[in-house]
Amino acid sequence: MSKHIIELVDLVKEYDGTEALKGINLYIRQNEFITLLGPSGCGKTTTLRLIGGFETPTSGKVLFEGVDITNVPPHKRKVNTVFQKYALFPHMNVFENIAFGLRIKKLEEKVIKEKVSRMLEMVNLEGFEKRSVNSLSGGQQQRVAIARALVNEPEVLLLDEPLGALDLKLRKEMQLELKKMQKQLGITFIYVTHDQEEALTMSDTIVVMQKGTIQQIGTPEDIYNEPKNAFVADFIGESNIIDGVMLRDFRVRFAGHEFDCVDKGFGTNEDVDVVVRPEDIKLISGDDSLLQGVVRSVIFKGVHYEMQVEDTNGYTWIVHSTSMAPVDARVGLSIQPSDIQIMKKVPMK
Amino acid sequence: MKKGWISYPYIIWMIIFIVVPLVLVLYYSVTSTTDGHMVFTLEHFAKALQPTYLKVLGRSVLLALISTVVCLIIGYPVAMILSGRDLSKKSTLVMLFVIPMWMNFLLRTYAWMTLLDRKGVINSILGVFGLPQINILYTDSAVILGMVYNFLPFMVLPIFSVMSKIDRSLIEAAEDLGSNSLTVFLKVIFPLSLPGVVSGITMVFMPAVTTFIISKLLGGNQYTLIGNLIEDQFMRVYDWNFGSALSIIMMLIILISMAVMSKYDKEDTGGVLF
Repeated sequence: MSKHIIELVDLVKEYDGTEALKGINLYIRQNEFITLLGPSGCGKTTTLRLIGGFETPTSGKVLFEGVDITNVPPHKRKVNTVFQKYALFPHMNVFENIAFGLRIKKLEEKVIKEKVSRMLEMVNLEGFEKRSVNSLSGGQQQRVAIARALVNEPEVLLLDEPLGALDLKLRKEMQLELKKMQKQLGITFIYVTHDQEEALTMSDTIVVMQKGTIQQIGTPEDIYNEPKNAFVADFIGESNIIDGVMLRDFRVRFAGHEFDCVDKGFGTNEDVDVVVRPEDIKLISGDDSLLQGVVRSVIFKGVHYEMQVEDTNGYTWIVHSTSMAPVDARVGLSIQPSDIQIMKKVPMK
Repeated sequence: MKKGWISYPYIIWMIIFIVVPLVLVLYYSVTSTTDGHMVFTLEHFAKALQPTYLKVLGRSVLLALISTVVCLIIGYPVAMILSGRDLSKKSTLVMLFVIPMWMNFLLRTYAWMTLLDRKGVINSILGVFGLPQINILYTDSAVILGMVYNFLPFMVLPIFSVMSKIDRSLIEAAEDLGSNSLTVFLKVIFPLSLPGVVSGITMVFMPAVTTFIISKLLGGNQYTLIGNLIEDQFMRVYDWNFGSALSIIMMLIILISMAVMSKYDKEDTGGVLF
């Protein structure tokens, strides 16, 4: 589990003088499901393409099982890719698409047939061999693309936003299926997405990226519960991010009041970002709480209500709660010390 | 259909300038005038099938085929480079192709006459260096050269437009699955470019098989292709009936070749090539 199958060392990639990647250092353990997560333009796809060999880095190295493969062309790498828009060969049927890699390896026809039909079974497309890929639905095309990559038994599978074009329900199904396949086959998946929920659902490790740099690496729980900075907190789920001042260990001042908290190790009176998840704010009656405000809007979200509450200092808090307070009602906001996360200020530009 | 009247002027135009002439050609081809009476006859077609004329027809088709093949051999790599991503190469090539197109078709062909003449530009230059002279004007080679030169863009453009539409990720997918650049070309780029090749072949073959200007100018006065033969019937011999019969045969050849090509087109995009 702990063997490093891929290592990225100081990867820098420039396009026409602008840096898409600003020195990425990352190791990927064998058999893990790792997700590169970030907004578009953060460099996650570029990182994937560097691993796949479709781009060469401006500087830095890509190591595969300890061997430098930076300048090895894609067809000689032991990785396979599931492309964003599937990239199925339109002039071939489902069978030929999946058999493509095997035919290049010049395997025996019998072996090819066997392997392809095993793959078709795994992705639930038995009987689709002769179908033209253009006649398939998005979800089916997706499965063919996955089968086409996996049939080559790669050590690492790269997936570039593979579920982006599917509808919500199908996407959720495929998320679980992909995770199941990864466990079953025991190979490393490197997954790129901008969808934080997808990342949280599937990954063993999440790498949050922004503007060509890595913001945080951690398990889904780590990333969600202990975001390292305001960007990560904001990107992973909804957050209230407010300026604060760390008065001393375990004591922070924000929104015009002082609060107990569980963080320490900041400088005295250091400016910090304070992050509070919307679901961690409790609505209580207005009189006996530090923070008071007026409900400005209420949206029903299915499982919960999303309310915007403007406090007396003019900051608008997002609150998720299963109980609802009507618009214009005066409410109190209660936050537990353990739900207050303190972060060092980082330049957001 | 509402607003159908908008197309009326075009329909009228089509009837006057396309349908009526076609009907006239068909009419002339199956009639002859004896003593001022029009009678139905197939004698013009019988005449057209005589060995002398079949030979002309055969030669026209052969020369057109050769020109088409040469156009394909030159045009395919050009289209491939044009659709590539190397911009510096691209603009130079596009200029090389476009500039001659600014000139009139006839002028371009006349220019080749001056270039290829026994005492023309090419031979003068060769003479200066003491190299052997080339005398291909008024031969098959000159006619083929003229056809290739004039019709090459019709081969390059359809292949280019199909090729530039090939999704780059398909090429990356093939590389990802283990193909080197040769296999990528053979298994992905070439099969996907076939529709362009098919329409390129059609677009070169059709004008090549019917041309009479190129063969007249670069082949000389005695040089006869089916196009020249038809022209002669109308402009010199005044045998409109025979000319019409030849035209109908010509049209049939083109229709058949188009049908064959479109059949290949369908088969290739649907099935598996290798």
